Amino acid sequence: MRDPGPVSVNALAGSIPDGARLALPADYGGVAMAATFALIRRGARRLRLFGVPTSGLQTDLLIGAGAVETLETAGMALGESGVGPRFRDALRAGGLVVRDSTCPAQHAALQAGEKGIPFLPLRGILGTDLLAGRQDWPVIRNPLAGEADPDPIVLIPAVRPDVALFHAALADAAGNVWIGLRRELATLAHAARRTLVTVEALHPGNLLEDPLMAPGTLPHLYVAQVAVAPGGSWPLAFGESHPADDGALARYSEAAKTDDGFAAILAEWLR
Amino acid sequence: MRERDVTKSAFLAAVLARCIAGSGSVAVGSNSPIPAAAALLAEHKAAGRLTVFILGSPRHNPFTDGGREMFDFAAQGRLDSFFLGGGEIDGTGDINLLRTGDHRFPGCYGAPYLMALVPNIVLFREEHSRRVLVPRVDFVSARGSGPEGAYRTGGPKSLVTGRAVFRFTDGGFTLVSCHPGETVETIRAETGFDFAVAADPRPTEGPTDEDLQLLQGPIASALAPLYPRFTARLLRGSHA
Repeated sequence: MRDPGPVSVNALAGSIPDGARLALPADYGGVAMAATFALIRRGARRLRLFGVPTSGLQTDLLIGAGAVETLETAGMALGESGVGPRFRDALRAGGLVVRDSTCPAQHAALQAGEKGIPFLPLRGILGTDLLAGRQDWPVIRNPLAGEADPDPIVLIPAVRPDVALFHAALADAAGNVWIGLRRELATLAHAARRTLVTVEALHPGNLLEDPLMAPGTLPHLYVAQVAVAPGGSWPLAFGESHPADDGALARYSEAAKTDDGFAAILAEWLR
Repeated sequence: MRERDVTKSAFLAAVLARCIAGSGSVAVGSNSPIPAAAALLAEHKAAGRLTVFILGSPRHNPFTDGGREMFDFAAQGRLDSFFLGGGEIDGTGDINLLRTGDHRFPGCYGAPYLMALVPNIVLFREEHSRRVLVPRVDFVSARGSGPEGAYRTGGPKSLVTGRAVFRFTDGGFTLVSCHPGETVETIRAETGFDFAVAADPRPTEGPTDEDLQLLQGPIASALAPLYPRFTARLLRGSHA
């Protein structure tokens, strides 16, 4: 059920329950940072994060804030600065469960989720230690191959996240959200049980009635809540209009190497 | 010949660009500034016959159907070239992008899949040491060949490091050229796996004047939003 009209960023973040399986886009894909700060302020706990398909600053912050129980992702880095410092620290300390994956598997899991089917088969991956560590990814013989051809193939189980959270350019009063080229956000929203979106601005009129906008629009059918948060991806980039705040990102990757440094920069960003 | 200030990054980008010459399509993944520069250099030289996809770059993205499209494109055999690195690389072409001991790397990204499906995989790691080029990787993120019976259309064709260029054939590496200042002996001393040596190992060719102008001009500008620190190094002309 969709809430009528936009809600506040705090209300949107407040609707994500502790323990939720929360799917989040990659750092380049429309990250709802303002909502993430709100989520940390409210003291979220035991989140089970799912990277679409990879993870970065947002996940490092949530880990550092003690909000994360498990992380399933194809990669975890802060751009040019490499592995997230809070992620690395949590691995060392133990207590964070990581399920390593690969980008096409993260996408395939959501595609199976949106189709309402139990799995999708995927090429490659065979014979790797990544596969050996994924007891939940069975390998079957292609049932359509000939008798003489074993053709083993990996099955990726469907994923239906409890919540998807991302940042987009526009939403209209009906709750339609314009995602443009970021079609993986549509797949994500189709697969997720509830989708929460922060947007740069409200669009006058109905996005679905504009033939140029409609193909890049996620229909309100899949959108539970919208909040308006201009610059809501800061310090990450959002499209060409909002370049990354490179200074802030460099400062984070340095500060977050220590507990005290992380606490200080988090307190500053939560203000 | 006049003195030129060739950064190591520009040198390697020119070498990598030659490894994808003749491709119709190339994709560049996360955290790969030198391959991204190489792909754009190859694009300039190919005069419209090469399509470049750089993950995270809005201006170098020919795909319109979301993050999965590039992977689907590759599984169909449409993607000609891709660059892969490795915290560790061994003599069978297996790579480790995940961990050694308790040291964690960023992760496998698309490697376990693309290595098996993209015909021209270019392995690239600037650090050429026994720490990186190991007898056997600790963790197999992606396999250089096999496993037996598996559908496979891709694999490594070359390995470029900060010291040399190798070709990959029949499940092993052959040294084909040494960068300036290196010899077969110095390469062997820094390599943890066995390799063959081509009949005529030559010095690796660096960038032409035109390559340098492209790398330090339009290519640096194009990559600045994605890789600000790398671009500064490429432009500044100081050795990394």
